[in-house]
Amino acid sequence: MNRWTPDPTFYASPRDAVQAPAEKLAYVAAFDRAAQRPDAIAVVDVDPDSPRYGGVVGWTDLPHLGDELHHFGWNACSSALCPTAAHPHVERRYLIVPGLRSSRIYVLDTKADPTRPEVVKVLQAEELAKHAGYSRPHTVHCGPEGIYLSALGGADDRDGPGGIALLDHTSFEVRGAWEADRGPQFLAYDFWWHLTRDVMVTSEWGTPSMIEDGLVGELLLGRKYGHALHFWDLRRRRHVQTVDLGDQHQMPLELRPAHDPTKTYGFVGVVISVEDLSASIWVWHRDGDRWAATKVITIPAEPADPALLPELLKPFGAVPPLVTDIDLSVDDRFLYVSCWGTGELKQYDVSDPFHPVETGSVRLGGIVGRTPHPAAPTQRLAGGPQMVEVSRDGRRVYVTNSLYGAWDDQFYPDGVGAWQAKLDVDVTAGGLTLDHRFFPHGDDFRGLRVHQTRLQGGDASSDSYCFP
Amino acid sequence: MTWPQLAALAALGAFHGINPAMGWLFAVARGMQEGGRAALLRSLPPIAAGHAASVALVASLVTATRSAGAGTAVAVGGGVLLVGFGLWRLLSERHFRWVGMRLTLPQLAGWSFLMSSAHGAGLMLLPLLAAAPPPGHHAGHAGHLAAAPAGAWEGLGAAGVHTAAMFGTAALLALVVYEVVGLGVLRTAWFNLDRLWAGVLVAAGAITLLSTV
Repeated sequence: MNRWTPDPTFYASPRDAVQAPAEKLAYVAAFDRAAQRPDAIAVVDVDPDSPRYGGVVGWTDLPHLGDELHHFGWNACSSALCPTAAHPHVERRYLIVPGLRSSRIYVLDTKADPTRPEVVKVLQAEELAKHAGYSRPHTVHCGPEGIYLSALGGADDRDGPGGIALLDHTSFEVRGAWEADRGPQFLAYDFWWHLTRDVMVTSEWGTPSMIEDGLVGELLLGRKYGHALHFWDLRRRRHVQTVDLGDQHQMPLELRPAHDPTKTYGFVGVVISVEDLSASIWVWHRDGDRWAATKVITIPAEPADPALLPELLKPFGAVPPLVTDIDLSVDDRFLYVSCWGTGELKQYDVSDPFHPVETGSVRLGGIVGRTPHPAAPTQRLAGGPQMVEVSRDGRRVYVTNSLYGAWDDQFYPDGVGAWQAKLDVDVTAGGLTLDHRFFPHGDDFRGLRVHQTRLQGGDASSDSYCFP
Repeated sequence: MTWPQLAALAALGAFHGINPAMGWLFAVARGMQEGGRAALLRSLPPIAAGHAASVALVASLVTATRSAGAGTAVAVGGGVLLVGFGLWRLLSERHFRWVGMRLTLPQLAGWSFLMSSAHGAGLMLLPLLAAAPPPGHHAGHAGHLAAAPAGAWEGLGAAGVHTAAMFGTAALLALVVYEVVGLGVLRTAWFNLDRLWAGVLVAAGAITLLSTV
């Protein structure tokens, strides 16, 4: 049922969204690597004034096994205020939750009891295959034509191409593949857009056969994983340009365009360079009437005793940073970079996107470091800061520690565990401080691993805006 | 057209102009995107032109058909159509979909035409158009078909009055939001006009039908 006034979580501009009240709940994707118990959406209390602050206060088991929850998103967001087809009286209440391994898509309603989302719809893998020709659904964004959902693989045992499927705004049925002309694009992973410029950007990971049983060393050294960005005409659904970062730069993943719609740049993180195991951050931008990408941050690998390294890394004698998620604050000022291998979350001031300045760093976990959380100082942590989410006001940052089941097992073979941490941000000078009171971990997550966090009411990677 | 009818046409124009979905919000967005009031002001005439075209199409059809002697059929058919369309808009949660914000001015007029047509803006004028005495009235009943062009002109005149009011209201709102109050006002002041709009459509249809009894 539609509302009489706009959903209070919709903001016309990022400037307004920064004024949003602090979130009280966080939704966290939790999955069972063994696929013997159902995956779940865990609900974490993030209200510092609550007696259950930092605790898992809600839990919704999914009705099937083996989904491998990964990323998810809202049915509607601030883009509903965009003026060409405004529909601001819909509600932000449903979480669209894809299973990356099972290709199922769940719809969860958070309205009746926000701490206990209710599964209201299940789309089986066949739905996505039949209507869109895709499998392995990943990123979810609410946009002008409905709900956009990226997918890594093809249907009917085809490994690719991956692409984007469109879901109906109201019924959540799969309406079809989004692309009218995909050009040379084959690999898929993340996507986002410059809404007011009618531009879509997509990135590349690998096809299901390249990732589902773990990172394949030969493919990596053979430079076979993705290494390009694709730019599209959002309105005509056509591929416009490929920007190749160079095949040594393997796996450009998360895409974070500036929230300010008058800006035409964005950031993408590259997992690893096969030349020196470094990770890098690139900014995409206009270059005349074309798109270009410029490397603005390089994070080097850290030398390490091979005895402390998993099999995959022993020959190299070093820990790669493995930048596997980045997030940009809503005011476009701070970029957060997860170094999942070295166990570090970095903060950069990117007010000048071409000249980032490192303003903060916190170490947690890491393949060699195993840095403990101050709340449990004797517990050596596995995994590292991985999925990172920033509150709308930019003052709080949440991280979880699992990357992807099969890859967790390779890089943290003695078990990755499960934990979530929160950092407080000095939004004036920059800088990060770990919140000692917030550390849900281990049994709090009932033996499941934790991946993406979504904040109640929206966060820095959930909403796009049509007004500056 | 009598003065009360003209006033009612203008009032409906203002009602259409108030609706952010009909275009003034798009004009504000274009002003902000391109960083100037000039871009906002440039956007308003094509939006009004698209709206005018949508309304004029319906209005001239209605008045021309009435002048040709099919007044009752127009009222009944149009009334039934209106009530049905209004109820559909009231009950359906579907909304107009449009992708793309970088439009040329002619494309902007096209957008406005589609937006107004999808919302049934012209249909809303039906009771006014159906109530006006046919232009050929004074000349007796001899010249029905010959009166059709004159009827169409009257429809266009009605659309013109309506659009002028729509344009004035939209321009005023766009400038006030752009220059003074800011977009934050949308969060509280943007009432769900869709329901009111659908209600007005149903009422307009009902009035048209009743007036034929």
